[in-house]
Amino acid sequence: MVLASAASPPLTGNLVEDVRQLFVYPFMVNAFRAGTIVAVLAGVIGWFMVLRKQSFAGHTLAVVGFPGAAGATLLGISALYGYFAFCVAAAVGIALLPSARGRGFSEENAITGTIGVFFLACGFLFISLYKGFLEGVNSLLFGSFLGITNQQVVVLAVVAVVGLVAMALIGRPLLFASIDGDVAQARGVPVRALGVAFLILLGMAAAEASQITGSLLVFALLVMPAATAQRITTRPAYSLTLTVVIGLVVTWLGLAAAYYSPYPIGFWVTSFAFAAYVLSHLAGAALVRQRASMVGPSPGRPDLRAGVDR
Amino acid sequence: MTDVDVLSLTGAAIDVGGRRLWTDVDLTVRTGEFVAVLGPNGVGKSTLVKAILGLLPLAAGQATVLGQRPGQANERIGYLPQRRSFDPSLRVRGIDVVRLGLSGDRWGVTVPVRPAVRSRRRMSEDRLTEVIELVGASPYAHRPIGQLSGGEQQRLLIAQALVRQPALLLLDEPLDSLDLPNQGSVAALISRISGDAGVSVVMVAHDVNPILSYLDRVVYIAQGGVASGSPEEVITGEILTRLYGTPIEVLTTSDGRMVVVGQPEAPAHHSDRHGGH
Repeated sequence: MVLASAASPPLTGNLVEDVRQLFVYPFMVNAFRAGTIVAVLAGVIGWFMVLRKQSFAGHTLAVVGFPGAAGATLLGISALYGYFAFCVAAAVGIALLPSARGRGFSEENAITGTIGVFFLACGFLFISLYKGFLEGVNSLLFGSFLGITNQQVVVLAVVAVVGLVAMALIGRPLLFASIDGDVAQARGVPVRALGVAFLILLGMAAAEASQITGSLLVFALLVMPAATAQRITTRPAYSLTLTVVIGLVVTWLGLAAAYYSPYPIGFWVTSFAFAAYVLSHLAGAALVRQRASMVGPSPGRPDLRAGVDR
Repeated sequence: MTDVDVLSLTGAAIDVGGRRLWTDVDLTVRTGEFVAVLGPNGVGKSTLVKAILGLLPLAAGQATVLGQRPGQANERIGYLPQRRSFDPSLRVRGIDVVRLGLSGDRWGVTVPVRPAVRSRRRMSEDRLTEVIELVGASPYAHRPIGQLSGGEQQRLLIAQALVRQPALLLLDEPLDSLDLPNQGSVAALISRISGDAGVSVVMVAHDVNPILSYLDRVVYIAQGGVASGSPEEVITGEILTRLYGTPIEVLTTSDGRMVVVGQPEAPAHHSDRHGGH
C-alpha cells in the first residue's frame, strides 16, 4: 500500500517513455501479466454468464471468496488460494442446491444471496478478530495490483488455461443449453451437467478476477466487457472476441492509470469498463436514430437488416 | 421408409408423479402426414411428446419411433417445445438460434483451416439460408431474436427444428400465443412442410380450428378418454361432447370447412403442469 503512493511517478507526456516506465519495476510486469491472464478468462466466462443471466451467481461466488482470501492472508499464504478454495467450493455448493427448473441455478434463488451475504459477514468477522490487518481489507474487497509474485502469475495462468480449454470444449453445447435448454436436452446435450460445470468455471473466473479487482468489483471484468460487447454486436464469435478485447484494454488502462495516479486499481478498471458500457449505449442509440432517419420505417429493407446486428 | 410407420403407439399409457395421466392411446403416423394431438390444457399432451422423444418412459403399451425405441432416433426428429419466449434483452440473432439446431450439440471448436471443414461450413451456411427462406424468416433472421414478435420467433424456431432435415417434426403448441393471422399463416406453413418436404408432423394443440383443414389424422386426449382417427371420424359433436364432458357442436361453414364450437379452452385458469412459462 505504501508503495502505491510512493510509486506514483509523474507522466512525462512522451507516450513511449511513459509506457516504458510502466514496465521498469518487476511488480508492474507481474501486474500486467496477471491482469492480462485474468481479463481473458473473465471475459470468456463472463460472456456466457451474461448470456445465461447468472450475474447474481457470479457476484455471490466472488463475495464468498472474500472470507477465503482474508483467512488465507491470516494464515500467511497468498490470498489467491483463499479466493480459489472458497469460490470453487461455493460454486459446487450452489450447483448442488435443488432447483425447480433443473438448470442448476436460477437468478431468483434467494438461498444463494442469503449464503453470499453470510460469508461476507464472516470475512468481516475474521478481520475484526485479528487487529492490525485492516490495511489489507481494502485490497481484498476493492482490488490491488501490488505484490503479485511470479508463482502467483503461474497459478493464474494454469487455472486460466484449464478454464479456457474447458470452455473451448463445452462452449457450443453450453450456448445451446443456455439459449434453448429444452431443445438441447432433447438433442442429448447434458444440460444439467453443463450447468454445474459452468458454475465451477465461473467460480474459477470470479476467483481470478478478485485478484485484480477485489471481491466486490469483479463485475468490472466479468460483466461489463461482456455486456458492452453484446450491446455492440449480436454475432456470437465477434461478441466473444470483443469481450476479451474490451477486458484487456480496460485492465491495461486501469493498471497504467493506477500506476501514474494515487488512486486504486479497482476504481480505474471499473471506471474504464463503465465508460465503455456507457459509450456503447450512446453509440447504439445514436446509430438507431440515424438509421431510422436514413432508411425510414420499413423494417424489411435489406440495408436496415444488415446493419442492425452491428 | 414408405412402408414403415414413422411413429406408432399402441395402447400407450403414462404415469406422472404416480398418477396415470392417460391410457389406451393408439396413434399411427405415416410419411408426410400431418397429425394433431388435441385436447384441453393440462391433460398431458406435452407429456405424450416427451414420451415420443424418450424423455419419459411409457407405463404401458408399445411405441416405435422411426423404426426404433423412443429416444433412439432423436437425431432425425425436429422438436419444438411448448412456448419458449426469448428474453427481450437476449442479444443473439435469429440465425444463430437456427444454427444451434444444426451444430449446437457438437463439442469442441472447429477452426476453418482445413478445406474439408471449410466446405462443410459453407454447406451448413447454405442449409441455414435455405431453411430460413423456407419458413419465410429471411427479412428478420439477422435481428436479435428477443426483439422479434411471437410469430417471427415461432417461424425461426420451426426453421431450427427443420434444419437437420428431420423425418418427424414434433411441435408442441406452436400456435399458442400467436394472433389469429399468424396462427393461420404458421399453420399453412407447417402443412406445406409436411406436404412438400414429406416430413411427418405431430402437432400438439388445444384449439383445432386453425389447423383443422390441413389434418390427416387427429388424436383427442381429454378427461373423458381418448379417441383417434381421421378428422371426419373423430371430430363429431357426439364424440367431442363425450370426451370433454360438455356440449360441443361441429358446424360446417358455407365453403365446406368444419368448425368446432363450444370447446372449453379457458387458458386463463388451466393448471400448467409443464411449467413452460
